[in-house]
Amino acid sequence: MSCVEFKGVTKRFGDLKVLTGVDVACPSGQTSAIVGASGSGKTTLLQLVNGVLRPDEGLVSVFGREVPREGIEQFRRGIGYAVQGAGLFPHLTAQENVTLVARLEGWEEASMRERFLELLDEVELSADVSDRLPRELSGGQQQRLGLCRALMLKPDLMLLDEPFSAIDPITRVELYERFEHIKATQSVSSLLVTHDLREARRLAEHLVILNGGVVEQSGPTSEVLSHPDTSYVSSLVESQLT
Amino acid sequence: MTRLLFLLLIPLTGFAADPIRVGSKNFNESYLLSEVVAQLLETNGYEVERKFGLGGTLICYEALKKGEIDVYVEYTGTLSQAILDLPGNPGRETLNRELGALGLKLLAEFGFNNTYAIAVRQEVAETRALETIGDLAGQADLPFVFSHEFLEREDGWPGLAARYGLAGHRVQGIEHGLAYQAISEGAIGVTDAYSTDGELVRYDLKVLEDNLAYFPSYFAAPLVGEQLPEEARVLLETLSGTIDDQRMQAMNADVVFKGMSFGEVAQGFLASRGVVSEVRGQSLWESLLRNTLRHLQLTGIALGFAILIGMSLSLMVYRSERTSAVIIYVSGLMQTIPSIALLALMIPVFGIGVVPAIVALFLYSLLPILRNAITALANVDPTLVKVGQAIGLSQRELLRHVLLPMSLPAIFAGIRTAAVISIGTATLAAFIGAGGLGDPIVVGLSLDDVELILQGAIPAALLAIVTELAFGLLENRLVRRPRRKRT
Repeated sequence: MSCVEFKGVTKRFGDLKVLTGVDVACPSGQTSAIVGASGSGKTTLLQLVNGVLRPDEGLVSVFGREVPREGIEQFRRGIGYAVQGAGLFPHLTAQENVTLVARLEGWEEASMRERFLELLDEVELSADVSDRLPRELSGGQQQRLGLCRALMLKPDLMLLDEPFSAIDPITRVELYERFEHIKATQSVSSLLVTHDLREARRLAEHLVILNGGVVEQSGPTSEVLSHPDTSYVSSLVESQLT
Repeated sequence: MTRLLFLLLIPLTGFAADPIRVGSKNFNESYLLSEVVAQLLETNGYEVERKFGLGGTLICYEALKKGEIDVYVEYTGTLSQAILDLPGNPGRETLNRELGALGLKLLAEFGFNNTYAIAVRQEVAETRALETIGDLAGQADLPFVFSHEFLEREDGWPGLAARYGLAGHRVQGIEHGLAYQAISEGAIGVTDAYSTDGELVRYDLKVLEDNLAYFPSYFAAPLVGEQLPEEARVLLETLSGTIDDQRMQAMNADVVFKGMSFGEVAQGFLASRGVVSEVRGQSLWESLLRNTLRHLQLTGIALGFAILIGMSLSLMVYRSERTSAVIIYVSGLMQTIPSIALLALMIPVFGIGVVPAIVALFLYSLLPILRNAITALANVDPTLVKVGQAIGLSQRELLRHVLLPMSLPAIFAGIRTAAVISIGTATLAAFIGAGGLGDPIVVGLSLDDVELILQGAIPAALLAIVTELAFGLLENRLVRRPRRKRT
């Protein structure tokens, strides 16, 4: 079973073709890294999964169900989302940021607090941050809260749009560890968009290499890295991993 | 919000039985004559509502036509030239033929003729035996100095000189305000004036007779609407011929030079006719309170609507750059209409008084609210909008939980600006009879009375400052700021 499946997906922005005939299946229960340079179409691919964008051709399905047109908000609430720079709302405290959608879903105050503290624990943040505004927190702390927000409603799938970039190397390694911990404790499949093949190698079991809107190669990480299909992939592996 | 509701609940006009609404223009003689009319009516048991200080002929006339006031004092020359556009120098019968069709009537004249006058010093007139304007011919050694306007106007010096054969005489221009001083000191020999100016009495000047009837006549008389009861008309007709030029000059002088109030001078005049009237004085604090409350009412209601409409409109259009630009442009155009013109434009639609003032203030308040709200909403970090969508917020929830709270400081700043503009502009509402703190300012301007002007200007300024501070406090409570960093 795939968590996300793209079938013959093409996407254009006006005259610009951003994705061409993408056929990819991301295995359930794993982390799939979508790797490519800027402009390769990797973020577009991610936005097709939660219906922020719609394909011009082809199908996108999540756990076997096509991305719906009706009730898209409810559908999105079933998918965690984290983004580069964390994207916390500046006027809400840490806890309010993480629990915003849970509150809208009508969660009890106590169970929200409980889940929030549990997640803080997962990402090794102290409960002291609860009432702070984002600007009172470091970039690393913000990004940990970003992960908490993505996990709050216990999603089966998480979309991660370069959440570990734009962060200093030491903090980044700490965040990798937190993410690995989350993978071990929460049963969640992830799609991780990154331009960093090292990051992909460390965090993802499955790789999708995108180049100019076309999938160069996709498969289990070890297989793609040891047996590049195309010259683009081998040069990518060569330049980034050696 | 509670304050706004409270203001809305104050009745817009507070009368039970229909009072007679007496209007006046915003210059001394008009205030004075309207006060005479008002006191005479009151003495005879009518309730009177004074709508004094309306900003000019057009406003008074339109207000009367629309039935917003029942009577004001108008001049025959103004009616024929500025309003009805009739040729020549038509008398009251001719005017009333025209006015009758509109349901208006000019009652019997007070008697005096407030027209352009040519004045010389009494002493000069005696020594040179000057009685008429025609006598000026041949007085080549007498300096003729006229106000700039009089020299320029077709119905001023050029026509006068032609009519009386004075064209060869050398003339000079002077600032009107300085002319009286100059002529009384003998620096100039002949100048132009208005025939009922109090200064003519004060400086002991003689008005030369216009024996060739060059100047149009400006006989003053109550102009009434058809709704004014017959008995009241009859009553006002008793004022016929009671005030001649000298009497009017003296009454004007009482106001300007003796510092008497319009009410007192009117009372004195009526007493001389055997009518005992009362001056309806208000203490400083009473009028201050009344004016301030009215001012708050005008700006509060206008601002309330501007917030309501401005925010709704902003929420409707902020996502479309094009529509936003159009909306901001149009509301910007309103801002370019001078406030007094906008107020005047309101009259044909809304009449005079509180309603058109509120509409005008509302239009002025709209732009800062719209511009700030639209700009703030449209410029929220697109990443945050994307995140909001991605975590499953509906458009409404995004607005409620992300866009609005993030735009709040800017929206607040807009409302604050609108409030302050509104409070300032509302002082002009006195020109269309809406009252407020502009009332003492308008009277003060007419009387050249600084103290009276300050009675409106200081509270208006304080109101603006208090509003500014209050909004600051409110904003602090509503907008979340980071607390001091914990150590």
